[in-house]
Amino acid sequence: MALAEASVPRRQVATYAVERPERRVGRMASRLFFLVLLAGVTVVFLAPLAWLVSASLKTRSQVFNGEWVPDPVMWSNYVDVWRAAPVLSWLQNSLVVGLLGAVAVTLSSAAVAFGFAYFRFRGRDVLFGLVLATMMLPGAVTMIPVYLIWNELGLVNTLVPLWAGNLFGSVFYVFLLRQFYLGLPRDLFDAARIDGANYLQMWWRVALPLTRTALIVVFVFEFKALWTDLLKPLIYLYDTALFTMPRGIKTLIDRFGQGGEMQWELVLAATTVLTVPLIALFFFAQRYFIEGIATTGTKG
Amino acid sequence: MGAVAQGALRARPAAGPSGLRRAEARAGWAFIAPWAVGCLVFTAVPMVTSLYLSFTEYDVLRPPRPVGLENYRDMLVDPRLRLALWNSFFYTALYVPLSVALALGLALLLERVTRAAGFFRTAFYVPSLTPTVAVGALFLWVLNPSVGILNRALALFGVDGPGWTTDPAWIKPGLVVMSLWSLGGTIVILYAALKNVPRDLYEAARIEGASGWAEFRHVTLPMISGAVFFVLIVNTIAALQVFDEVYTMYFGQMDSGAGSSAALFYVVYLFRQAFEFLNMGYASAMAWLLFVVILVITLVQLRVSRRWVYYEGR
Repeated sequence: MALAEASVPRRQVATYAVERPERRVGRMASRLFFLVLLAGVTVVFLAPLAWLVSASLKTRSQVFNGEWVPDPVMWSNYVDVWRAAPVLSWLQNSLVVGLLGAVAVTLSSAAVAFGFAYFRFRGRDVLFGLVLATMMLPGAVTMIPVYLIWNELGLVNTLVPLWAGNLFGSVFYVFLLRQFYLGLPRDLFDAARIDGANYLQMWWRVALPLTRTALIVVFVFEFKALWTDLLKPLIYLYDTALFTMPRGIKTLIDRFGQGGEMQWELVLAATTVLTVPLIALFFFAQRYFIEGIATTGTKG
Repeated sequence: MGAVAQGALRARPAAGPSGLRRAEARAGWAFIAPWAVGCLVFTAVPMVTSLYLSFTEYDVLRPPRPVGLENYRDMLVDPRLRLALWNSFFYTALYVPLSVALALGLALLLERVTRAAGFFRTAFYVPSLTPTVAVGALFLWVLNPSVGILNRALALFGVDGPGWTTDPAWIKPGLVVMSLWSLGGTIVILYAALKNVPRDLYEAARIEGASGWAEFRHVTLPMISGAVFFVLIVNTIAALQVFDEVYTMYFGQMDSGAGSSAALFYVVYLFRQAFEFLNMGYASAMAWLLFVVILVITLVQLRVSRRWVYYEGR
């Protein structure tokens, strides 16, 4: 079952066999009202993104002219920002950090979650309590000492600190995945054991495939988190060529924006390049985003 | 679901020879080893280190110099720290209730239009996919007093919009508006909770002649109170730690006048103390204050929740 929504009987719309016409008209009117209201809210929600894309395609003098359709359309802004800054390296760095970090956290969290869900050993529940407790700890508390560790290892100003911590699992995902493993019938694993599978094979061949949806949720969430993060790149990266996309855009804003050279069309073009991949990913993995959030909120 | 399965795990005694049981325990430890190592290296040791550093003066270049309680005493009299705390509290107190109320309103609306709900839910969620730095860059202009689309839209209704990014009194409300834009996650959670409310409860309420409001107040709200509580806690903790957007908008190589006071949020100030001014000791003490604040607020919320949160099967 896991992620699958519990099938709840839908509210029955037409319960009455005979319905007075004026009542039906009233209901249709209220439904129309709600639709219009929702459409209005949708416009409000999507307007800033529309403005972003539109402004990124305008000439410098027109960026803030209040028109929704750029005229002329300056595709060259995207070429110019490419020339003005190593955007390609930034994208590459973001992609490397995002993929390595998301794969690492998915596998390690799944292993740990399986350890907590399947095996019986002394101290397990106490340790799991510790997992829950550390979920409360704000990142700021460990931020400085963890920086000192990477500094000691000589890995500051490399991409390693941005993703390598993920090799050790993340408590939130451990918690989430454990829920799914607990939902799997134990007989499945016993059957695998009888077939001669060892513990590693039980995890890899039985548990992982059965919780694919949950694993994708974790991957997608973590990729988004890493793709978006500004704090760690600010702490760990000094060389412009090593920047991730968000860190790079912060530099662009400092250079071309506020009190700088006022070339906002370039900043906004880069911002669009940062934003579009995530939205594209969302349309491919929509189910996982929505179900993942809904599950953490309602069952977590 | 979890409890039942866990029960099943426990109900079966660890049968077989004790060698097998030891093998199982060993394997269990092997599986949780990544977390155990990570917890030790990236949580436990750093926590102790951080606590130690909070009693020292440390700039990374020279070894830490113990100063006793000085950092904590400094915090008491540091006007910037008081400002940062106030800013974060103000923002949180404004953002959290608004975000939950607005998200609940939109989730209820979604529920009204069963068939089109999926489309609108997606539309509401898309903004929350915008990377935080992009949100900051974007809203610097959405909120711009003279050319921003927000004030242009307000002008259509004859409202003279405030200086969202320039007037110190309006900078935090402006940031709340910005955060409300990425409300999608909260909407998705509350909408899922609404859909899980058993339909027969509504029918029973209707048979009893409950009005729309009474139905909402006495059926819907208790049934989704668990989810409401969850988003309250999560949004509060997140709001107290806002960094990316605010730092993108108002801080960086050049301090932008009004913003550097009105938008000096707690984690922004902490980051600057640690990595811009290299006052690692002071920043560590600040981190512990943040931890205590979050802990206290969460415990109070938990305490109060017992009065209004309803859990099924309890």
